[in-house]
Amino acid sequence: MGSIIGAMGCSSSVADRRSENVIRAAILIQKWYRFTMARLEMRRRYSLSIFQSIEYADEQDQLQLSNFFTFMLDHCTHPESVSQIFTSPSAPQVVDEDLCLKEFEKKIDVPDSYYGPRLSFPLTVEDANALLHAFRNEQLLHARYVLQLLSETRRVLKEMPNITHLSTSYSKEITVCGDLHGNLDDLLLIFYKNGLPSEQNRYVFNGDFVDRGKNSMEILIILFAFLLIYPNDLHLNRGNHEDYIMNLRYGFTKEVSKKYKDHWKQILCLLRDVFSWLPLATIIDSKVLILHGGISDTTDLDFLNALERNKLKSLMRPPKSVRNRQDQMKKRIPTTKPSKHIANQHVAGKTQHISSSGFTEPPGSNLPPDPALKEWKQILDILWSDPRSQNGCTPNKCRGGGCYFGPDVTAKLFERYNLKMLIRSHEFKPEGYEISHDGKVITIFSASNYYEEGSNRGAYIKLNPELTPRFVQYQVSKFTRRRNLRERVGTIESSALKSLREKIYAHRSELISAFAQYDINGTGRISVNDWAAAMESVLQLELPWRMLRSQLAQMNPDGEVDFMSCFYDLKMGQPIKEAQPALAETLCRYRKDLEIIFNIIDKDHSGLISLEEFSQTWRLFTSHLGIDIEDDSIDKLVLSIDYNKDGHIDFNEFLEAFHVVHRLEKKATS
Amino acid sequence: MEHDWKIVQQSSDLGEGKVSDRTKAPSWRIAPKVSGCSSGTDGLIAEIEKKITEAFEVFDRESNKTVDGREIGCIIRSLGCFPNEAEVQELLAKIEEPDGFVHLENFLRVMTEVLLDRRFQPIPEDVILHAFEALDENKCGYITKEDLVKHLTEEGERFTQEEMEDMLVVALDPETNTLHYRDYRTKLVVDETKTFPFNV
Repeated sequence: MGSIIGAMGCSSSVADRRSENVIRAAILIQKWYRFTMARLEMRRRYSLSIFQSIEYADEQDQLQLSNFFTFMLDHCTHPESVSQIFTSPSAPQVVDEDLCLKEFEKKIDVPDSYYGPRLSFPLTVEDANALLHAFRNEQLLHARYVLQLLSETRRVLKEMPNITHLSTSYSKEITVCGDLHGNLDDLLLIFYKNGLPSEQNRYVFNGDFVDRGKNSMEILIILFAFLLIYPNDLHLNRGNHEDYIMNLRYGFTKEVSKKYKDHWKQILCLLRDVFSWLPLATIIDSKVLILHGGISDTTDLDFLNALERNKLKSLMRPPKSVRNRQDQMKKRIPTTKPSKHIANQHVAGKTQHISSSGFTEPPGSNLPPDPALKEWKQILDILWSDPRSQNGCTPNKCRGGGCYFGPDVTAKLFERYNLKMLIRSHEFKPEGYEISHDGKVITIFSASNYYEEGSNRGAYIKLNPELTPRFVQYQVSKFTRRRNLRERVGTIESSALKSLREKIYAHRSELISAFAQYDINGTGRISVNDWAAAMESVLQLELPWRMLRSQLAQMNPDGEVDFMSCFYDLKMGQPIKEAQPALAETLCRYRKDLEIIFNIIDKDHSGLISLEEFSQTWRLFTSHLGIDIEDDSIDKLVLSIDYNKDGHIDFNEFLEAFHVVHRLEKKATS
Repeated sequence: MEHDWKIVQQSSDLGEGKVSDRTKAPSWRIAPKVSGCSSGTDGLIAEIEKKITEAFEVFDRESNKTVDGREIGCIIRSLGCFPNEAEVQELLAKIEEPDGFVHLENFLRVMTEVLLDRRFQPIPEDVILHAFEALDENKCGYITKEDLVKHLTEEGERFTQEEMEDMLVVALDPETNTLHYRDYRTKLVVDETKTFPFNV
């Protein structure tokens, strides 16, 4: 630093020039670093975009499944096997309303070898602590206690109104938590940071406790236990996943059936009831409305408070009276059959919508208005809707249920009921929360790492007596050292791309025919533009295809895409004869759904179902989805894989064959 | 007939007193690229517009063709451009609405020009290397943490504390508390070009 002394000599100009260079170098490095970080951020964003698009597309497919179950119930030739799960409480196998704690004690034995928590009713804080301790150590609660707990919970919930009113007058703050989706670690973290529920520490859990994560059962047990101990201080709202048909597809049913091999049907039956008794909303100080999804322009809180909420076990099936209506109308008005061509599958699926807009009577009909329909729509709206920044109220196309509501809808509702704030959940948020509609609507999401390790934070709200919200964020991590952004993005990105590649594989035939349409000369190459257009139209996912192209397909030096390279890296677990590619793909696409259905049919958990049952189910499934497949092709397929054992099929093995394998994975492990 | 031009190689030098990416025009060597269906400038513009729209939509949370102005820098850079902060702000000023959001149509207009004019081209790896070397007074192959922090948080377009910390977590060798810039640069460049396994 000779600049002070040599201010005027020529040595200073060298120093000056040097420091000028240093500054320029600094600018360059800063620029380059920001460039690199920006591209990393883009990769993170599009990865989350991929996750979300696929999730919403799956939810739409779920609609197909619920229709299928309805269809099966109405037309199935094996009523005992399937409908036991769905029958009304009057069926003998189902858990009776009056079945009390003592009955369970008599009927279900708890062996001495069981070292888990032994609950005694009425529950106390010791029981709750025993449960927390047990679950931290990955123990299971015995089925008898689960059934007793659920039965007691139902008894308590029945006493509660549809909309709970709370006041902040005597406690410090109320904590509001959003979706947990089976992430036990998040619940434990919240209790660790924020304290256990008690008279001084009140909680509202805003739905979606179950599905996707692997500890849905444990979360319910903990929440219900605290509900029984502190019924005035722990409050639960129903979410759209507190619904037995959703649970079939999104993992909860499977979790229960695996953890409770002998009693899962009883447990699920009782849960179906318990879910329907969960309150629909909570209001604090008559100013803050808390519910799971959102609102619509017809939301009527008084109507919601008065209806019989337990009648709607699942929102995926419209009420019986509506279904009967539908059948009546179908007879009068000829409907177009669903398209038989596989390529149009998604188009057919996308236009279906479980909101009541699909069931409005045609003009001029003389049918009286249906009260069941109004009830169903009102609850559907509050459990499924999402806020948007545009004004108005439009059907929620992404989800297939509920609507998008704008700031004007919120404002009107607030005015009508003199409200100040709406707290809702239902939507994934990278930061765990988001504020919209000019501060009036808050989304709170409490499941961190929802899509993948590092994908997002979770959060909860602390509401003080002035009703100003304070947000606390967190993120559970299995890594002890803090991973840097590059590593985190790398994990999220490869996971997202893996899901996307599986979807690509499952639509192989459709994609190839779409590509071929652009490839007039049969060169096997098409422009990036055409490739992107084909991908989007077949997969029906709005993604940045040009940006993703380098990860999904090869490009030659001329700038054209070798479209078959999309499939190079993927194959099925078991090689299937080329003669039946379309069939194989359908099995691939619906593998999870078929697994659920077969598990239900398999009464004795042997893992086997008869060839007859298998064919029947398959036939019903494909005919319902409008997929055109030759009658005997499935039999041929089974034979070719040789899974036929004495007229029975081990369906898990069979379905395993349609699991998409990523060749890269195999390379990594070898 | 017009071709779509693709940049094959570029060079510029960073010598003493000639550090500037804006004033000195780099020398490009370009080769014609035969494109499939699109022909002429119209095809090129359409292609560019699609690319821009795609990048924009990733940040368009509510699918209503607007993004938060603070994300514009990210979008511009992920389209392959290499502006500094001042240049980003300059661009943003042209298209930002009073409420801080940017509309797709305005962004398209401005960004298409940027891409057609090939403004804000990325600098080659060796230039970055020279920049690090400029900070390495003793030419020993590494920079101390203190020097790095000083230069990057006090000079030029200063790093925020968060940016500095993020960089240090990856860049710094924890045992010696120094940045070995050759390795660091290589690490990040490899990451950048990581693509589908068979080729780029």
